Amino acid sequence: MLVVLAGLLCYLQQLSQGLVITGLGRDVTWGLYIAQFTFFVGIAASAVTVVLPYYLHDYKQFARLTILGELLAITAVIMSGLFILVDLGQPSRVLNIVLHPQPQSVMFWDLIALSGYFLLNVVIATGTINARREHVPTSGWIRTLALISIPWAISIHTVTAFLFSGLPGRSYWLTAILAPRFLASAFASGPALLILLCFIARKLTGFDVGNEALHKLAVIITYAAAINVFFVLAEVFSAFYSEIPEYEAGFVYLFVGMGGDRHLVPWMWLSFVLSLAALVLLLVPRWRSKDRLLAAACLCIFVSIWLEKGLGLIIGGMVPSPLGTITRYAPTLPEWTIVLGIWAIGALMTTAFFKTTFSIWESNGGD
Amino acid sequence: MKITRKRFLQLSGLSLIAVAAKRMVRVMAASTSAPESTKTVRWGMAIDLEKCRLDQGCDGCIKACHSAHNVPQFADRAHEVKWIWKQPFEDVFPFAETEYTREAHANQPVLLLCDHCDDPPCVDVCPVEATWRTDTGVVTVDFHRCIGCRYCMAACPYGSRSFNWQDPRPAIPAVNPDFPTRTKGVVEKCNFCEERLAKNLAPLCVEACPEKALIFGDLEQKDSEIRNVLRSRFSVQRKPELGTGPSVYYLT
Repeated sequence: MLVVLAGLLCYLQQLSQGLVITGLGRDVTWGLYIAQFTFFVGIAASAVTVVLPYYLHDYKQFARLTILGELLAITAVIMSGLFILVDLGQPSRVLNIVLHPQPQSVMFWDLIALSGYFLLNVVIATGTINARREHVPTSGWIRTLALISIPWAISIHTVTAFLFSGLPGRSYWLTAILAPRFLASAFASGPALLILLCFIARKLTGFDVGNEALHKLAVIITYAAAINVFFVLAEVFSAFYSEIPEYEAGFVYLFVGMGGDRHLVPWMWLSFVLSLAALVLLLVPRWRSKDRLLAAACLCIFVSIWLEKGLGLIIGGMVPSPLGTITRYAPTLPEWTIVLGIWAIGALMTTAFFKTTFSIWESNGGD
Repeated sequence: MKITRKRFLQLSGLSLIAVAAKRMVRVMAASTSAPESTKTVRWGMAIDLEKCRLDQGCDGCIKACHSAHNVPQFADRAHEVKWIWKQPFEDVFPFAETEYTREAHANQPVLLLCDHCDDPPCVDVCPVEATWRTDTGVVTVDFHRCIGCRYCMAACPYGSRSFNWQDPRPAIPAVNPDFPTRTKGVVEKCNFCEERLAKNLAPLCVEACPEKALIFGDLEQKDSEIRNVLRSRFSVQRKPELGTGPSVYYLT
C-alpha cells in the first residue's frame, strides 16, 4: 500500500513537471516504462500455457492452475495498461486513441488486442468462479470463449512485437523473429512466475495446485526457455556472420559496451547466465522435480527474462541512436518508484484475486 | 427495478463495448474509402554542402527558425528541442565514412532538419493522427492532439523529432506571438515553414542563409530551380535504402 502511495506521489510529480524527471531524453525516448509494458504483455499472454492444455487437451490436472493463470493475465494486462499511461506525455489526451483512431498504427491494433484479451479473461474467470461457487459445471460458452482466448493470447504478444519490429532504422528490433522470440520468452517467464506464486500460496495458505500440475508446467517452461535461448543465438548468428554494422550494434552495445559505455554489460550477461543456469536445472528431470530446485530455476528464468525484455530489449533498440549517438540511460529514482508502485498494484490485485479463488475452492473441496 | 452493483457494472461494460465497436466500424469504413488526393505540389530542399561549410560558425538559419517558431533553448543535450541543427558529417552519412576519406570531412558540420519523407514512418505509427503529410508533401504535427507517446520518435530513422520533456515556455528567449508555443509532453519538429508557404514565402532558413546554400522549391515541377539543380549536380539523400523518400537532398 505504501509503495502504491509512493508511486502515486512520484507520478503526480511527473504530471506537474513532465517526463523530465525520468532518465529519458531525445536519444533514449522509450525506457523502463515501455520495457515493463512489453514484459507484462508477455506475462498476460503466457496464461495460454495453462489454458491451452486445460481447455484444448482437456488436461484436468490444470484446473486450479488455469483459473490462477487467467487471473494473473487480468492483472498483467492492467499493469501493462498502466505502464503505457505513465509513459504518455499528455495522459489527459489518452482518449484521443479512441476519438481519432488510426488503423495504420500498430498501437491501435495493440489496444484492440489487449482490451479484447482483458474482456475475454474477465468473462472467463468470473464465469468459472461463479460456476464453482454455485456448484454447477462451467457453461459451454465459457469454454468456447476460453478456446478463443488461446489465439487471442498469441495475438497480443505478436502485435506488441510488431510495435517494434516494423520500424525502419531500428535494426535491433527490425527482425522477423521478434514476435516468436517474445512468445518464447513469455511462455518461459509467465509460468515461472505462476509456479513461484503457487509455491508461495502453498506455504502461506495451504492451497495446493497439485505436484503433477506444477511438474507438467515445468516441462512447458523448459521447452519455452530452450527455444528462447535458441532464438537469441540465431539472431546473434545473423548479426555477426553477416557483419552488417547496424545489425551488430545493438548486441555490441548491450553485451560488450560501446563508446565507453558499459553500464548494461554485467546485467545482460547476468541475464544470459541465469537463463543457462535455469536450463541446466530444468533439463534434468530429477532436479526439476525437486521443489527447491524448481523454485530456483523459476526465479532464474524470471529475473533473466525481466532483464532481457524488461530492460535490455528497449535500450538496445534506442542506443546507438539513428545518428550514431551513444547515450547512457539509467532510470531515475522517481521512475523506479512509479514502476514499483505499479508492481505493488499488481501484487495487491493478485493477492485479492487469488485469495477469493482459494476461499471458494477450499469451501467447495475437490477440484 | 432494483439495480445491483454487479448488474450496473455489467451494463456499463457492455454499453462501453457497444460504443467502441460502433466507432471502430466507422473508422474502418472511412479508412477504406478515403479519396486519393492528386499530387500537384511536393516541396523539397537541396542543401549545398560546399556553400554551407564556407562559414562553419554561421548559424543564421538555425537562429531565424528557432526564434520564429518559439523553439525553447535547453542547455542539456538530453532534453533539447531543435528543428534545424548541425551535426558532424560522419553521423549523418556513416556510409561515406572510411579511414581513407575521414580527413576530407571529419567533423564537417552538416545541416539537418526533418526530411519530409514521401512515405513517412512517423505518420504511419501515430495512433491519434496527430502527425500527417499535407497534400504539398509537408509532414506536420498537431500540438493539440499529440498524446506524447513518442512512437513517432522511435519510428523516425533520422532523429528529426523532439519531445517537450518539460514546459518549454520559460525557456523561450522572446516569444513570437504569431506562432503557437507548445506545452510539455508533446512532440514537435520542422514544419518546412508551412505558415509561410501558405503566403507564398520561402522557409525562413532558406531566406536567412547568406550563402544561398539552401535551394527550396516544388519537386513536382519540371523546370523549378530545385529540379534544375538536382538535374545538373550530384546529390545524396539520407538513408535512401529505407524507402522513406526524403524530400531533402544534399549537393556534394
